[in-house]
Amino acid sequence: MTEQTTMPEQDVAKGRIARILDSDIFHSFIRSKVTVIAAIVTAVLMISAFLAPWIAPHDPFDLAQISILDARVPPVGMAYHDPRFLLGTDDQGRDMLSGILYGMRISLAVGFLSVAFAAVLGIFLGLLSGYVGGRTDAIIMRIAEIQLTFPAILIALLIDGVANGIFGNLDRERWAVWILTFSIGLSFWVQYARTVRGSTMVEKNKEYVQAARVIGIPSFIIMFRHVLPNVMGPVLVIATINLALAIITEATLSFLGVGVPATQPSLGTLIRIGNDFLFSGEWWIAIFPGLTLAILVLAVNLLGDWMRDALNPKLR
Amino acid sequence: MFGFISRRLVMAVVVMFVVALISFMLFRFVGDPINQMVGIETTPEQREALRERLGLNDPIIIQFARFIMGALQFDFGNSYQFKQPVAELIAKRLPATLELSFVSALFALVVGVPMGVYTGLNRHSPLSKLFLTVSLIGVSLPTFFIGILLIFLFSVHLQWLPSFGRGDVVAIGDWWTTGFLTLSGLKALILPSITLGLFQMTLIMRLIRAEMLEVIRTDYIKFARARGLPDRSIHFVHALKNTMVPVITITGLQLGSIIAFAIITETVFQWPGMGLLFLQAVQNVDIPIMAAYLMLTAFIFVVINLAVDILYVVIDPRLRTERSGL
Repeated sequence: MTEQTTMPEQDVAKGRIARILDSDIFHSFIRSKVTVIAAIVTAVLMISAFLAPWIAPHDPFDLAQISILDARVPPVGMAYHDPRFLLGTDDQGRDMLSGILYGMRISLAVGFLSVAFAAVLGIFLGLLSGYVGGRTDAIIMRIAEIQLTFPAILIALLIDGVANGIFGNLDRERWAVWILTFSIGLSFWVQYARTVRGSTMVEKNKEYVQAARVIGIPSFIIMFRHVLPNVMGPVLVIATINLALAIITEATLSFLGVGVPATQPSLGTLIRIGNDFLFSGEWWIAIFPGLTLAILVLAVNLLGDWMRDALNPKLR
Repeated sequence: MFGFISRRLVMAVVVMFVVALISFMLFRFVGDPINQMVGIETTPEQREALRERLGLNDPIIIQFARFIMGALQFDFGNSYQFKQPVAELIAKRLPATLELSFVSALFALVVGVPMGVYTGLNRHSPLSKLFLTVSLIGVSLPTFFIGILLIFLFSVHLQWLPSFGRGDVVAIGDWWTTGFLTLSGLKALILPSITLGLFQMTLIMRLIRAEMLEVIRTDYIKFARARGLPDRSIHFVHALKNTMVPVITITGLQLGSIIAFAIITETVFQWPGMGLLFLQAVQNVDIPIMAAYLMLTAFIFVVINLAVDILYVVIDPRLRTERSGL
């Protein structure tokens, strides 16, 4: 950091890339074939989900493009397939491939948003708990402990149920994605809070914090400007692993029918719809979205595993 | 040790109190309980009379006290959807969930422990690599999708096993029904318990493997080898015993999440247990069932946590001396 400040602007940029390419982390990344593949798979899936409106062969939300006559067409390679639908169609004649691309978009959006929400909440409470200490710390940590007694999925399910009870069915469709994000986020904050609290308590006693305090900088500025950057390392690792968990939780809640509404299907919703047709032989309606979900989560998990080992061997 | 256990007990009571408070708030403030109980044609006077009779006009503290007294006797009123006492509904569903959870936990332990020991001892064998890969995939597949795949393979394709329900059950006593005593009941248990137990199995396997790798390097294992003890007794008696502390903790805590994850498995397999009941309650905002389920699972979790804490001290003598030294 100190060398950089003396370098001119352009050299800084060049130096940064060169340094990344030369770092231990990059070497360990390149050496692990599995991780490279996982990274490529994750990137491809995320980009194609992001670009869904442009690259999907059909628009599953455009009623004009959907024809019930195309319902339950098997994927290419099976008898009676239709070359327009690479992965077949669902019960309403929507193209599976397009449905999966759009569905992944929603799954990823909910995943990222809820992880971000959980991280912000957890980091804030963790910093507060670790830095202020005393009674604040005791209360926050007791709440965390109580919440930790219950599995995240149960808490998410409960919050979702209560929120829907409060909003009623009318507003539900409009708010469903946000309620879902909120309930998943709220069920995952504890891990961040505990980790951040631990590192904050260590950082708190270091000289730079004491120096900042001596010159009279307000507590919350010390917390967020000075302590926060130094406790972020483990948070990134947790966030990656939690992204996979959040995507699974979203899919599970949607599969259970309490997640996103059927008008905006996520991968979990698609699987739930397909589940009803499993017995009549239309396996592709459930299996393709399921496989996409599994590959996505597996790739993110592998990345998270690698990151945990590469960035912070102390964490485990 | 006494101080430690009594501290955990106090904590457990606090947890139950908080959960009761949340359940009560749900019951009292999410929607109007009166609206859920009466029809559209009920007059405001009748509503007011019912409100008075149920004590909903009393101070909140008194209502809460009444709620707790009811909860202690497992009285949560009537379900909004079924118009039956919640306690009865849950009691009828409890055996199905408990049997499923028990078999899943058993499956996870019986398969997970030997796999963990094997992969810990033979790190580089191809079979270990296979186990680890399979376990990673098992962690990445959501529970419900594993269930769907199993149904697709064994029920739809091969038609070996049933895909829904408990099969034939036998009644034992007044309210307990068991699927253990009939062939169709046992067959119906196989797929759901594998679905439910798979995640726990991989977790136990990875945990034992990691512990094994550490224990096997310690001096007392080397010494046991030097003494010429047979491998089997070294591995399964001396080494395994010392990997058990974290395993018991995790397994115990996982027992709670098995009961929670049963919600998903029960939905996939239409298993007539508590989880399915709870999910229907969430979908229909049936607060009395939600409150009762919450209290019951919280109670089960708290008891398990407490038992694990106590077991921890009993099993590991080192903890005992440390604690008593405090």
